[in-house]
Parts: sequence; C-alpha cells; structure tokens
Amino acid sequence: MSAPLATRLWLAQRASAAVLALCVAVHLATMITAVRGGLSATEILNRTRGSLGWATFYGLFVLAVSIHVPIGLRTVAAEWLGWRGGRADAACAVFGIALLLLGALAIAAVTR
Amino acid sequence: MTAQLQVRVWRGGADGRFQSFDVPRRDAQTVLDVVTYIQRRLDPTLAYRFACRVGMCGSCAMTVNGRPRWTCRSHVAKVAPENRLEIAPLANLPIVRDLVTDMREFFDKAMRARAQFQPTRTRRDDLARIDPASPSRRAIDRAIECIGCGVCYAACDVVAWNRDYLGPAALNRAWTLVNDPRDGARRERLAAVAGDAGCHACHTHESCSARCPMHIAPTASIAGLKRATAIAALRGEL
Repeated sequence: MSAPLATRLWLAQRASAAVLALCVAVHLATMITAVRGGLSATEILNRTRGSLGWATFYGLFVLAVSIHVPIGLRTVAAEWLGWRGGRADAACAVFGIALLLLGALAIAAVTR
Repeated sequence: MTAQLQVRVWRGGADGRFQSFDVPRRDAQTVLDVVTYIQRRLDPTLAYRFACRVGMCGSCAMTVNGRPRWTCRSHVAKVAPENRLEIAPLANLPIVRDLVTDMREFFDKAMRARAQFQPTRTRRDDLARIDPASPSRRAIDRAIECIGCGVCYAACDVVAWNRDYLGPAALNRAWTLVNDPRDGARRERLAAVAGDAGCHACHTHESCSARCPMHIAPTASIAGLKRATAIAALRGEL
C-alpha cells in the first residue's frame, strides 16, 4: 500500500475513533437512563420511531464503525494471521461494507 | 564459602539451547563480568560481543532474564536478586552464534528510513543558525542521543509481528532529521517512514521507551512522525 493511502487510512481510523468515543458514551448513557423507566421493545421503539435525531446519531455511529473496524482488522490480519496484500485488503473492505449495510438496516428498522 | 550465581547462557544458533554455568558472585559485578568470566574461565568457545564496557558503544546488549539490556551497565545485584541469570542474544535479530546477533537488518532499516542527513549547503555557505530553544531543536535534543545498540528493536512487539517494520531506532533517527532545518530530504523521508512498515504500524506499547538505556522515548518520536506524515498527506505533499 502506498504511503499517502496508508497515512489517510490511519487518519480515517483516528478520526472515526474520536467519533466513536462520543457515540459510545451517548449510547451507554442513554441505555442506563432508559432502563430506569423499565426496558421494553415497545418503549424503545416509541422513542426512536420517526425520530430524525436518533436516526442521524446512529447513522453517524454506524458510519464510524464501518470505517474504524476494517482498518483495524487489516492490521490484526497482517500481524496475527500473516494475511497481507490485495486479497486481505479486499476482505476487510467487504467486511466494512457489510457492517455499513447491516447497521443501516438496523437503523431503518427502529427509526422508520 | 563464596556465593554462586546460577547462569543459563544461550549456546548455538536459532535452534540452540541454554547451557548452565556456576559463576562466583562478586561485589559490584555486572552481567558482562559474568559472561566474560564464563568465556575466560569456563568455556573459551562462548561467543559474545562487547567493546567499551562503560555504556558508550552499545555493543554488549543481550537479553538478561527476559529483558534486553546493556550487560555492561546491568549490575547482577539489580537484575538477579536471587542469583539466577538467564542470558540470551537480543530478540528480533538473527543469531550468529551464542550471544552474538547479526545486526545488518537493524542498520539496513535505518537506511530505508532515510536516516542519513541530506545537506542543503556547501562548505562555502555560512553555518546554519539554529535557536537552541526552538521547538524543532528541542525535539531533536530529546531524540538525538541514540547510539544504535538495538535494545529498543529487540523490545518491540511490532518488529516481532511485522518483519518489515522499520523499528523504533530508525524511526527515532528519522524524526531528528525531519526536525533538522538544514536537511533537504524531508519529503522523501516522510514518504519512507509512512505506511505499513513505518510509523503507522506502531501500537504505542512503549516497550522501546521503557527499555532504552539512554532514556530516549522513540514512541514520542514515532508519534511526531505520525503527525508530520498526516499533515503532509492532507496537504498533498506525501
């Protein structure tokens, strides 16, 4: 991989990590406060359905995950499995796209 | 009766094994003293490397009780309180024989990281004026005292996992040159140290900084390279 591309991937992973730090904190805080009134699917769906705010928040969360994870997986694959090169890069990219699609489906299911 | 040290010393090449020796315990005894005693009194075929004996040359670095150290500056009282020593060659380098490693890849990687100064002036030009208090000069000061002993390279997990990784010493040296206003190869050097074999492979475990006998923090230098390469990439200069 070329030096400029590797550097940009590193930047993307750092930037997505910063977004994730915020998203995870908000997600956990919401879970803890939501449970106080009794946790049920109905209650959650009442809060999230039709909410542009939650759709935007979790959309950002999923986008950050699908950027952050494949870049990290690429390093894990190279260092722990010795799996390097174009095929490993492609597999990690496919995994990232799968995360994006699955995440988008989940968001659509709870916010539409 | 004189106290005895129980010493296990690596013998042979990569497929070698530890050999046990009993060595008399002495006051103010260093690990290099122990190795020298074995070679001179017990087994003259033992191969090891040393030169200055006073922590200036860095050639006596070995793995002592699991940690890379300069043996000349490691007192037995400090590193082997129970009078047991296990002495092996530096990790992450091919073994030549016994305690001697082949350091070619270590120095070759310094060249790959463009660790050589690229002058921009000739002898007919004036001397460069560099403010000792400037941020770049202070960054150089924090990293410049490396003597190339290879302790950081042996301590680095990433070197063990990724054989192409340039390693802490080469990247630390590159960082001093990136900060040198007299140098003319900044762009090429940043390209050389970026990517999977370069600064971006560092996991910030800080083993290099923890083990460096010169108390340099290569991790901080590598973080500086990450910042410099990121800025260069954003400006399209990489």
